[in-house]
Amino acid sequence: MQFLFDKDKAALQSEAVREPIEASRRTILKSIGGVGAGLVLGLQLPAAAKAQSGAAAVIKGDGGASTFAPNAFVRIAPDSTVTVLIKHIEFGQGPYTGLATLVAEELDADWSQMQAQSAPANTPLYKNLAFGVQGTGGSTAMANSYEQMRKAGAAARHMLVEAAAEAWGVPVDDITVSKGVISHKESGKSGKFGDFAEAAAKMTPPSEPSLKDPSEFVLIGTHLPKLDSRAKATGEATFTMDATLPGMLTVLIQRPPLFGAKAKSFDDTETRKVAGVVDVKLLPRGIAVYAEGFWAAKKGRDALKVEWDETGAETRSTAEIVADYSQSAATTGKVVKEAGDAEKVLDAGGKTIVAEYVFPYLAHAPMEPLDCLIEANESSAKVWAGCQMPTIDQGAIAQTLGLRPEEVKIETLFAGGSFGRRATPVADVAYEAATAVDAIGRTRPVKVIFTREDDIHGGFYRPLNVHKMKGAIDAEGNITAWDHVIVGQSIMEGTPFESMMKDGIDPTMVEGADDLPYAIPNFRASVHKKTLAVPPLWWRSVGHTHTAYSTETFLDELIALSGKDPVEARLKLLGDKHPRLTGVLKAVAELADWGSAVPEARARGVAVHKSFNTYVAEIAEVAMGEEDGVPRVHKVWVAVDCGVAVNPDVVRAQMEGGVGYGLGHILYAGLTLDKGRIMQSNFDTYRSLRINEMPEVEVTIVKSAEAPTGVGEPGVPPIGPAVANAWAKLTGKRVRNLPFAPIES
Amino acid sequence: MAKFALTVNGKSHEVDVDPDMPLLWVLRDELGMTGTKFGCGIAQCGACTVHLDGQAQRSCVTPIEAAAGGEIVTIESVAGAEAKAIQDAWVKHDVPQCGYCQSGQIMSAVALLREVPDPSDSDIDDGMTGNICRCATYVRIRKAIKTAAATLKG
Ligand code: FES
Ligand code: FES
Repeated sequence: MQFLFDKDKAALQSEAVREPIEASRRTILKSIGGVGAGLVLGLQLPAAAKAQSGAAAVIKGDGGASTFAPNAFVRIAPDSTVTVLIKHIEFGQGPYTGLATLVAEELDADWSQMQAQSAPANTPLYKNLAFGVQGTGGSTAMANSYEQMRKAGAAARHMLVEAAAEAWGVPVDDITVSKGVISHKESGKSGKFGDFAEAAAKMTPPSEPSLKDPSEFVLIGTHLPKLDSRAKATGEATFTMDATLPGMLTVLIQRPPLFGAKAKSFDDTETRKVAGVVDVKLLPRGIAVYAEGFWAAKKGRDALKVEWDETGAETRSTAEIVADYSQSAATTGKVVKEAGDAEKVLDAGGKTIVAEYVFPYLAHAPMEPLDCLIEANESSAKVWAGCQMPTIDQGAIAQTLGLRPEEVKIETLFAGGSFGRRATPVADVAYEAATAVDAIGRTRPVKVIFTREDDIHGGFYRPLNVHKMKGAIDAEGNITAWDHVIVGQSIMEGTPFESMMKDGIDPTMVEGADDLPYAIPNFRASVHKKTLAVPPLWWRSVGHTHTAYSTETFLDELIALSGKDPVEARLKLLGDKHPRLTGVLKAVAELADWGSAVPEARARGVAVHKSFNTYVAEIAEVAMGEEDGVPRVHKVWVAVDCGVAVNPDVVRAQMEGGVGYGLGHILYAGLTLDKGRIMQSNFDTYRSLRINEMPEVEVTIVKSAEAPTGVGEPGVPPIGPAVANAWAKLTGKRVRNLPFAPIES
Repeated sequence: MAKFALTVNGKSHEVDVDPDMPLLWVLRDELGMTGTKFGCGIAQCGACTVHLDGQAQRSCVTPIEAAAGGEIVTIESVAGAEAKAIQDAWVKHDVPQCGYCQSGQIMSAVALLREVPDPSDSDIDDGMTGNICRCATYVRIRKAIKTAAATLKG
């Protein structure tokens, strides 16, 4: 197994991708606020969701050797190496390995002959079947590729077998394939994929290749080593930060200190004195300093003097914003879902709880600060980036440079994390890079780099939210009413994703709250949408980051009020309508031996939540920590049902990572505004989880034959409420204002 | 600007740079060695960890002035029994997710094993707390260090 470096194979890839027959398209032209004056993003969405693939082809290499390209995803070289073109970005969630596994399974390849390589930007060929644009998000990589990639592998196998049958003069049905070897038992003939690569290209691709029954899987469901681990353990993996071009300039941009502010004037006298600084330009989103290398760019930028126009900027402090949200939360918002009459039951009094939750703005802070390398001339542009939404980035760059999308070539490199940040619907980083290269007349390649401070100050946060919850129980302890008000910002409004909103409601604001699975007769969920200049964005598990916390802790409070057991009570409320939620809840209780004696001075809490069609239950065991009000989380048990676990070890890794990422933010992280200025700037104040704070994590995967669903995000939502519920058990304190630790600034 | 002589991975180089320039940017921008990563620039994350005279060092806050003259080893050629054991264990446990922090994690882990051949959990905490992994691969980092230590014991 190895990871194929993009540079070596770029030629192979670009030749292999045949321009598809032009599908009928509609062009969506959308004005994007907050990006720059007058930017119009041309985003082309294919009208039909019909999967397309390039025709089979033979690609001649330098030495005349032939590579078999049965479709847009599979390349089989004369040495039998199978390269899978991966349409999803690899930033840690394992699509390189997972998608290659699907192809290898149906191809009956040996894992050692598999390689993975990023697919170029080409929407018709490589779009995400879940949302019609080429892009990664919503934990969809495996779900939308499961059939597509298996079919790609099965088609290639079919053609190889036909070629072998013809060469040997034997019936197709008598041929078997196993571990990369094609054999005919009777004649004793056998050969490798490479031997038939050229002949296979002449065969007709099957229109509906038949797929294996899950019971026949050899590779899917087993532990296959990841394709990229070695390169990432030796420093060889190339990230955008590492990519360079001859003559390249490093660009740092001084962006406005307040959201919604603009540069009024600037003085670059001192900047231009810094050795290595080459130029300074005013761009729509800030002032760009161009230099030979990062250090000169940084020193140059530090020396800039800028006057800002703060008209229309957000100038409030967090306390004022929260007070405003809180006031709204006291009233019912736009009703998203209603059953029975929650208000009436609550007004009748009895045993009720009223609670308000405050969730802060959060930065994604991927380990690799944001960056984008671009070179352009009058007729084309080439981009190297950890590009999560190629269709959108391509459209934004093309629009900015006056090119057609197909004139913008994007090479997607490994990205050092994203958690959503690289998937801005407004293509903020790609747009800045395009404006930067354009401002110097497209004369030299430029790499725009964010410092960590730029990243933390840069917006596109998990939005601040205030939730108000009211609940009632009757004399038997049954929950009779539930009223949930959510106040936050819309992520989709004003973006190309707006079409996913229904009745003016952004589903990402309420997901996980409006579809509460528990049987509560009187239920209402409503939402107030606020508009602020602080740009919001999806952040690993999106709305579930806050709805899982409020629903699962509030439920726990009501259950505690009734004196029932948290697991038993949940099972009862789920009834027989939610077998997969019930399944993970029972599995996690068994794994943790729920109900057995808990070590002294420790307590356990549980939470269960469905997100992105994956079901996860977690139990956390906590003790008092060294810091006031902050638990030490010793152990977390996780049960996950994600359908077929294509690579169980990757599933486990994502649960571990999801627990760690969620926990770090619940305990320590938050962004605050002081008169509009973000008060945190780096990992000293925007605190990240560290190894000494990481709990032990034990994961069980619930067996399932359902089609696979995502695992990148669903591990995150339950950890916060599981810890908070354990903490309440230990201390009697319900934490409703996150994070647990005081926010530093 | 000033001239500095430095030894990186056994090779001598001469650079003409701002004396304040951190070693990180000398390595990355002047010498084209990009295995050492930029994550925070303020000694908080450890992505930029190199060995300077055998000690794990945050290269983002080490001015070239202070590093010149020393022996610098980076992820590109860290070698020896501990390094091999660590890197093999990293692959065995599939530690990396996005992978961006891992150069630094490995440089810190190698330095830890050279000092404490059989580290306890709290030794691992002490040695590795300076290295942030936003993907939270900590469970596997801990496991891999233990595996490497066991390999070294033979
Ligand atoms: S980049 Fe040096 S410690 Fe973060
Ligand atoms: S593997 Fe992504 S930051 Fe560590």
